[in-house]
Amino acid sequence: MKYILMMTGTKADCDSWLKWSKKDLQASVAFMRAFSKELKDSGTFVATEGLAFPEQAKIVRAGADGLPITDGVFPEAKEFLMGYWIVDVESAEQAYRIAARASAAPGPGGIPGSQPIEVRQIMSSAPAEWQ
Amino acid sequence: MTEPTSDVPVERLLRELTPRVLGTVVRRFHDFAAAEDAVQEAALAAAIEWPREGLPDNPGAWLTQVAFRRMADRIRSESARRRRESEMAQITEAAAIEPAPEEDDTLILLFMCCHPALTPASAIALTLRAVGGLTTAEIAHAFLVPEATMAQRISRAKQSIQDSGIPFQLPTAGERVQRLRAVLHVLYLIFNEGYTSSAGPVLRRADLSHEAMRLTRIVHDLQPGDAEVAGLLALMLLTDARRLARTGATGELIPLAQQARTLWDSQQIAEGVALLSATLPKGSVGPYQLQAAIAAVHDEAPRAEDTDWPQILALYDLLRRMSDNPMVGLNHAIAVAMVHGAAKGLELLDALQADARLADHHRLDAVRAHLLEFAGDRQGAIRHYRAAAGKTGSLPERNYLLTQAARLASEM
Repeated sequence: MKYILMMTGTKADCDSWLKWSKKDLQASVAFMRAFSKELKDSGTFVATEGLAFPEQAKIVRAGADGLPITDGVFPEAKEFLMGYWIVDVESAEQAYRIAARASAAPGPGGIPGSQPIEVRQIMSSAPAEWQ
Repeated sequence: MTEPTSDVPVERLLRELTPRVLGTVVRRFHDFAAAEDAVQEAALAAAIEWPREGLPDNPGAWLTQVAFRRMADRIRSESARRRRESEMAQITEAAAIEPAPEEDDTLILLFMCCHPALTPASAIALTLRAVGGLTTAEIAHAFLVPEATMAQRISRAKQSIQDSGIPFQLPTAGERVQRLRAVLHVLYLIFNEGYTSSAGPVLRRADLSHEAMRLTRIVHDLQPGDAEVAGLLALMLLTDARRLARTGATGELIPLAQQARTLWDSQQIAEGVALLSATLPKGSVGPYQLQAAIAAVHDEAPRAEDTDWPQILALYDLLRRMSDNPMVGLNHAIAVAMVHGAAKGLELLDALQADARLADHHRLDAVRAHLLEFAGDRQGAIRHYRAAAGKTGSLPERNYLLTQAARLASEM
């Protein structure tokens, strides 16, 4: 079963990240590298991407003429997708354990950040039953 | 050298030879993980060379020789690390061991690859590579994961086998039945993986079903007296026979009752029924034979309304005594509804609701919706079709359930 683990955060989270110490940033990068390697070594890794900061994020809708109407003004508290991992695991519980590990990524002072990770099953193209 | 006709026979030949060659190499070198790599390399070399140069006179010996050479290279490169002496000692020792009949090797490999110590995903991947002769890339493609991930999964599975020190021999008589069940379960899962896919790289995944049938056929040839092996093969044949009828033009699911039965593969049905008829009278009826028998009753009905539901109900009654799988309970409830009316089936669903394994499962809602519709309760059916749609992890199934709800809503 494939699951997507989505790390979310607000603009304020991004702003504070910009001010992290060199040591904290290095610890964070090292953690993410080690975490990716763990997923690859365990044979569960499918994909991962990190997203650019939400400064340039736009919400796009189609206008009556089908052309894009963009909106880029967001409230401070809006949660943005920061990045995601897709894993192929045997159970939802295994996906939760991996998400908890990602959520424990170190924040300032090396303290686990406990960032929220949204875990969602990816729909399979296969029906569960034989017909 | 003889002229090959095309690449397809080469591929088929390689897949037939792989487990036998691997068996010989493991027997000789006592290192399953390394032997498996060596055989895969030899097969890749053959896949390039044979179509160009023509088939060798004895393809099996050619592959074995190349694999032996790879193993020898490996041992030489490690000789600096003192391992040489012990491995050379092992080779000498191995040569002294009495040779087992070759056909047993495939069975031994299957027992190893489907060892209960492995997770199902690992056992599936290893079986497809070591016994099925598929490449890592092909397996990765079938399961829609990166090749590196599949390679890692296979390498970890091989390591587990290496670490557990399982000897390369058939399990003891006492373990044998249980271990054979584990093999059949893995083959069943491979079949299921291919059969239940209806979108994405369809052909590749459908190939998994054919691969599962091919491997089950091999096990059946090796163990013709085992009724459950025959039962599983019959179940696969009788189920796969409906493949073309079970999805529509846009990939939508078509339930059994609405399938165009002229699209069913009558030859495959005949083979499955014949296999089952030859097996059932032998006694020792197991779950695979019963499921095959149920599939046969469906397959033999010219129209959905001709289905012999009392017969299916009797078979589910037997199956329920052998298995505590709650899905069997759900299918049993459907059979009860078809024979004794929807109300009786719905009563059984209420009892199943208490089963923690089913309580939040979409199938329970889907079956309830189906029986409520059958009972004439459209509102209830719509509610449960929608509840099931909200819970399923399968896209075609969600589309099907939502379409059922929409159909009923439009009729009101």
